[in-house]
Amino acid sequence: MSDGTKRRTVLAGGLSVGVGLAAAPARAEASTPKTDLLTLVVNGRRVRVDVDVRASLLDTLRDRLHLTGTKKGCDQGACGACTVLLDGRRVLSCLTLAVMHEGSEVTTVEGLADGDRLHPVQRAFADHDGFQCGFCTSGQIVSAVGLLAEHPDLTDAEIPELMSGNLCRCAAYGNIRAAIAAAARLSREGE
Amino acid sequence: MDTFDYRRPASVREALRLVAGHPDAAFVAGGTDLVTLLRDRVRTPGRLVDINGLPLDGLRWSRDGVRIGALCRNAVDDPRLAAAYPVLVRALRSGASPQIRNRATFGGNLLQGVRCPYFRLPEFACNRRDPGAGCAAAGGDGRLLGIFGTSAACVAVHPSDCAVALVALDATVVVEGTRGTRRIPVGDLHRLPGDTPHEEHALRPGELVVAVEVPARPFAARSTYVKFRERASYAFALASAAVAVHSEHGVVRDARICLGGVAPKPWRAHAAERALRGERLDAATVEAAAEAATAGARPRPDNAYKVELVRGVVRRALTELGEK
Repeated sequence: MSDGTKRRTVLAGGLSVGVGLAAAPARAEASTPKTDLLTLVVNGRRVRVDVDVRASLLDTLRDRLHLTGTKKGCDQGACGACTVLLDGRRVLSCLTLAVMHEGSEVTTVEGLADGDRLHPVQRAFADHDGFQCGFCTSGQIVSAVGLLAEHPDLTDAEIPELMSGNLCRCAAYGNIRAAIAAAARLSREGE
Repeated sequence: MDTFDYRRPASVREALRLVAGHPDAAFVAGGTDLVTLLRDRVRTPGRLVDINGLPLDGLRWSRDGVRIGALCRNAVDDPRLAAAYPVLVRALRSGASPQIRNRATFGGNLLQGVRCPYFRLPEFACNRRDPGAGCAAAGGDGRLLGIFGTSAACVAVHPSDCAVALVALDATVVVEGTRGTRRIPVGDLHRLPGDTPHEEHALRPGELVVAVEVPARPFAARSTYVKFRERASYAFALASAAVAVHSEHGVVRDARICLGGVAPKPWRAHAAERALRGERLDAATVEAAAEAATAGARPRPDNAYKVELVRGVVRRALTELGEK
């Protein structure tokens, strides 16, 4: 079937090519691309970009704004690798269209550090070895930053369920939990 | 994904006008379900109407209960809501990851698509997606599919946890269309598939869910949600139960038992509710209700385990409430 063939062709073509942006429509005559001029505030910087209305926020960040710290894992909302902060709340950038966020503030992993000074959650992940291969790490860290904002009084016991949207195929969960617990203590006690 | 005409109205009236006379238009709110359906070309709207700019957010309390705006996010963290309707807040928390709940809305949660793998993959035949195409699930993997209310045309289950809790709370959805406002009990919102599984809900073309109203009921505060899933944290329900009980002098006066993950809509277990009324909530009553909750189940060999899960979720939920 043509639909299935298209999916597989796109996958075989490499995930680094943004599916929502670069995939040619199956039938060009039925799908003349529509675009929209979009303004976002990304990591504190105002950017204007002409986006295909179909483009996910994730593909826009990676392929148009070249912020590749945000990762594409499953592209269907299961893995959490694409987590960003949208107006301060953690969301999955693969499950939302860029065009829906005119004027929004987006924080990616690239926007957490202050120059060479790591964000306390980044520091905690390094100190506690909260990763192995590193692919899920930017999503884990951004998600943890969002979690600490949602729950300033986070207890250690709450961490697994409230981080359940971020999968780690290396199963570095023990150290990830320890890193977040340490960052939570630090933020409660004040730096 | 096919391209579409993207619109972002600022008022409900404008939103309704943008879909009126456009049968291929779709509303989008959180997008956490619809974006995947667009990407996989399960849904191919010619116009996408983004309702995030509409003033449909927030909770409004009154003596009669609470009115929840359709755009209220599923991450709603409100102590008053948790105290008045524990079953609802527990269902929401169990429903999805925090990232998804930060975007997903009440309206979208109720209208989300089924999770049957054959519906989600256009390579397979699906009557719900393409009327008359056939049902690949009928001869396929049915482990996750329904044991109540299914038909030869469709065996999918509704995936929402929130909707199961809302049915147990006698909630109503408020919808607006160009012909005015009407109210639909959440229990009547989703249709059983019969021969027309593509007619998924009771909304008329062009109608928009604007709110959910949850009444104040004597059983609402003594309620809970128990969910079995394939892993310890966020996943869709294999079977779940939203249970609410009102007792006086130790005797059950009224009760609601609604099942999730086992039917094409939140499945009210009326026989189980009858088994509770007029009884003390002791172990024997709990067991009788758990057994009655399976009445009418028609499992296949690969999902017969759900019958036992139904007994389990009802037993656990009632036992928990009995200890309160």
